[in-house]
Amino acid sequence: MASFIDRRLNSKNKSMVNRQRFVRRYKNQIKDSLASNIGQRSITDHVSNESVSIPTKDTKEPSFSLGDGGVKDRVLPGNDQFNPGDKIPRPPQGGGQGSGSGGGSSDSGQGEDDFLFSISADEYLSLLFDDLELPNLKANQYEKLLEYKTVRSGFSKEGVPANIDIVRSMKDAMARRMAMTSSKRAELKACQQQLDEWVAQGMLDDNPQIVALKAQIDDLKERISRAPFIDTFDLQYRNYAKQAKPSSKAVMFCLMDVSGSMLQPTKEMAKRFYILMYLFLSRHYQEIDVVYIIHHTQAKEVDEHEFFYSKETGGTIVSSALKLMLDIVEQRYQSDQWNIYAVQASDGDNWQEDIERCNKVLSERLLPIVRYFSYIEINSDIPKALWHSYTALQNKHNNFAMQQIKSVDDIYPVFRKLFKKQEGVMARRALL
Amino acid sequence: MIAKENSHPLPDDADWNFADLERYEQEIARVAKEYGLDTYPNQIEMISSEQMMDAYASFGMPISYHHWSYGKKFIQTQQNYRRGQMGLAYEIVINSNPCIAYLMEENTMTMQALVMAHACYGHNSFFKGNYLFKTWTDADSIIDYLLFAQKYIRKCEEKYGISEVESTLDACHALLNHGVDRYKRPQKLSLQEEEERLAEREKYLQANVDALWQRFEKVKYSNKNSSTEQEDNQLLNHQEPQENLLYFFEKNAPLLEPWQREIVRIVRKIGQYFYPQRQTQVMNEGWACFWHYTLLNTLYDQGLLTDKFMLEFLHHHSNVIIQPPYNSPYYSGINPYALGFNMFCDIRRICESPTEEDKQWFPEIAGSNWQETLTFAMQNFKDESFISQYLSPHLMREFKLFQIQDDKSKDHYQVQAIHNEQGYKQIRAKLAKQYDLGYVEPNIQITKADIKGDRSLTLEYFSQNNVPLNNETKEVLKHIHYLWQFKVKLVEQCKPGNYKVIAECPEQKSDSSNG
Repeated sequence: MASFIDRRLNSKNKSMVNRQRFVRRYKNQIKDSLASNIGQRSITDHVSNESVSIPTKDTKEPSFSLGDGGVKDRVLPGNDQFNPGDKIPRPPQGGGQGSGSGGGSSDSGQGEDDFLFSISADEYLSLLFDDLELPNLKANQYEKLLEYKTVRSGFSKEGVPANIDIVRSMKDAMARRMAMTSSKRAELKACQQQLDEWVAQGMLDDNPQIVALKAQIDDLKERISRAPFIDTFDLQYRNYAKQAKPSSKAVMFCLMDVSGSMLQPTKEMAKRFYILMYLFLSRHYQEIDVVYIIHHTQAKEVDEHEFFYSKETGGTIVSSALKLMLDIVEQRYQSDQWNIYAVQASDGDNWQEDIERCNKVLSERLLPIVRYFSYIEINSDIPKALWHSYTALQNKHNNFAMQQIKSVDDIYPVFRKLFKKQEGVMARRALL
Repeated sequence: MIAKENSHPLPDDADWNFADLERYEQEIARVAKEYGLDTYPNQIEMISSEQMMDAYASFGMPISYHHWSYGKKFIQTQQNYRRGQMGLAYEIVINSNPCIAYLMEENTMTMQALVMAHACYGHNSFFKGNYLFKTWTDADSIIDYLLFAQKYIRKCEEKYGISEVESTLDACHALLNHGVDRYKRPQKLSLQEEEERLAEREKYLQANVDALWQRFEKVKYSNKNSSTEQEDNQLLNHQEPQENLLYFFEKNAPLLEPWQREIVRIVRKIGQYFYPQRQTQVMNEGWACFWHYTLLNTLYDQGLLTDKFMLEFLHHHSNVIIQPPYNSPYYSGINPYALGFNMFCDIRRICESPTEEDKQWFPEIAGSNWQETLTFAMQNFKDESFISQYLSPHLMREFKLFQIQDDKSKDHYQVQAIHNEQGYKQIRAKLAKQYDLGYVEPNIQITKADIKGDRSLTLEYFSQNNVPLNNETKEVLKHIHYLWQFKVKLVEQCKPGNYKVIAECPEQKSDSSNG
């Protein structure tokens, strides 16, 4: 009467579309939540599941229902002490509705304010960088970035002993032996049959016919066994070929001014920007190196902690950092193997004499080899010296971009502005 | 214990396989037939826990259209399940013909047997026999209808965009529980009819609505005296207050597109499908628990089940029907499984070995044939009437029921009745009322549609015992406004002839009291 159906192998992600609808509907809230989480992570934190919280009131599905108040009658189980007419003091407000004891509110208490859930790394990045793209990634630039990868490509008759494929070689040897000896084995079989027949007919062992036949059999066996077990002809070597592939390595240079005028909040803002940049690059490249360079009047390479928390004083010479970056590129990150990105953060101060040098290093040495160089000026005031000197560069080089960040709220929008899909970039250029 | 008749019990390994499942199913079916359970044919589907979560997300509907709220439900379920805050149901059963039951692959053999007895024979026979299900749902066509709804909504999404369809669905979902005429028999769902009439209906409905509104335009501008009040009333097919809000919008909302009307209709039909389930939770679960308990015990008495099987079964069974007292940290209201199971067991007890008290309270069933009496109870009642008919003093004492009054204007609760001679009737009546949808859900009706004037719509809330509406009301009004597209307001009568506005949309800044 009943029929059984095994559905376990049916697709299990029936709700995937509904989940996507949910994410789609709350995209803005989710983005807000993600943007506010950004500050809490280290730049190179591995991107794993990211938790998102949305105010519960936003996700409520309203319906008409009864509220608190009026007169309600309730029937409860487990009377252990009450008689008609007893008065039970009302528990402090919030005590579980209907229970009179507050039971059941313990597990619903948490999560009441926020709807918390986690999204996968992919969803996280695609939401964060929704409709942004890496600028200036032209096809011809890929060609420069060739890297070789060794891949298996069939079998060959020649090669080094280490690459011998034993199973294939033995198969071939077996086939060769069978082919070489097949006529002799057929003959041998025929002789054997003849011999059996004659013996059955009662011919004696010393009969000359039998003796001759036996000699022939021995001769055939001898010749069969002489077929070589393995021959160089049988050997099969695994073949390898080199395949070109575009480089998936990128290096991100974080340049920051740590002179006395850069305060901790300013650095925090820069940090958030670097994190966004790192995450964004990690969407496109498998392997990303990060190089931290700080500078005041001199530049040095540091680790992440020092980068954000070192306290320096004194003036500012920006070109020192650019020169250090150039050195590091030449030593460790050849531009034909690495995709080079740089983000420079500063409050805009620079020593007047240095401005010319900066422009020169950038336009002649650095900009030709980097994919993208972005400069952010964190400064709530009007743009300072460095900004003005860079404005000229922006017009000449299309892989150079600059933006001003006035407050924390600007970071994400500014980031988006820098990496808006191409038409956005064009529009911005037209504007400036 | 009755001597075992059979020395070859069914396998009781923890792991199940399809061959064993079939043997169990056959034995359960055999016993169920002996007891006279009338069921739809069963279709038992084995699913994984992920698939169970999918099924949860769409409220157990095997096929449903896409909507963000199902995604939200899915995320919640997944989170709770992963954190270990909740287990998944062992089974989901669909009121359809054939009756589809989903079993989870993680269940042990014992659990699968329990679930088959519970869902495939308990719930299944309830779906087939209970008058509410017979009246309000059509098991033969529900799956086809859901499929039709899914396809239709998908087409609408392609044609009019996901956002538009989503807004319409949101608005309809807000009124999901206001899509039935409680005292009218609904038309049964029939897929073929739905499809055949779909195009026709779209045209017809729109023409109807257009005619209605145009007529008024004409009347308004031609200024003829012939438009009497009576004629107005004829034009308005809702001269009486309307409690079926979705139906009202489907037929009368002036600016909805034909496809939107169809969506309103789909949501209304699905709400109607769930309407009996909301009214028979205690009975439905009680009936299913009673039968899994009775069927499996009968199999045990026949020597088909081992002691090992029974121990595991009883462990699960008692977990399901536990009723924590009001002051327990586990208390979360009256457990419908516990109440329902004990009531059916109690009715059987009253039939088989009535006490003097039972004879006095239930003269017509004391000593009667228990199977007939139980079947009659299952077929002809809903939770409210079932409790007020069959809850016995014996059971009230066992549950130690007591009733309190919660009057927000006082700083204490008042105990009004306990499980004693003076209290039985009152407790029974009050408990029954807790299951009356007319009492636990607000009574809201459309009382006026000002078609001649500013086209505003008035809804009225009829409160009981001064219980107010909750704070989501304003949001619901926005959804109603989306459907109606002219001013809507919700009022409540304070004194005769004097109404106060609870909420309106769009909101007005001027003072809210009006006559």
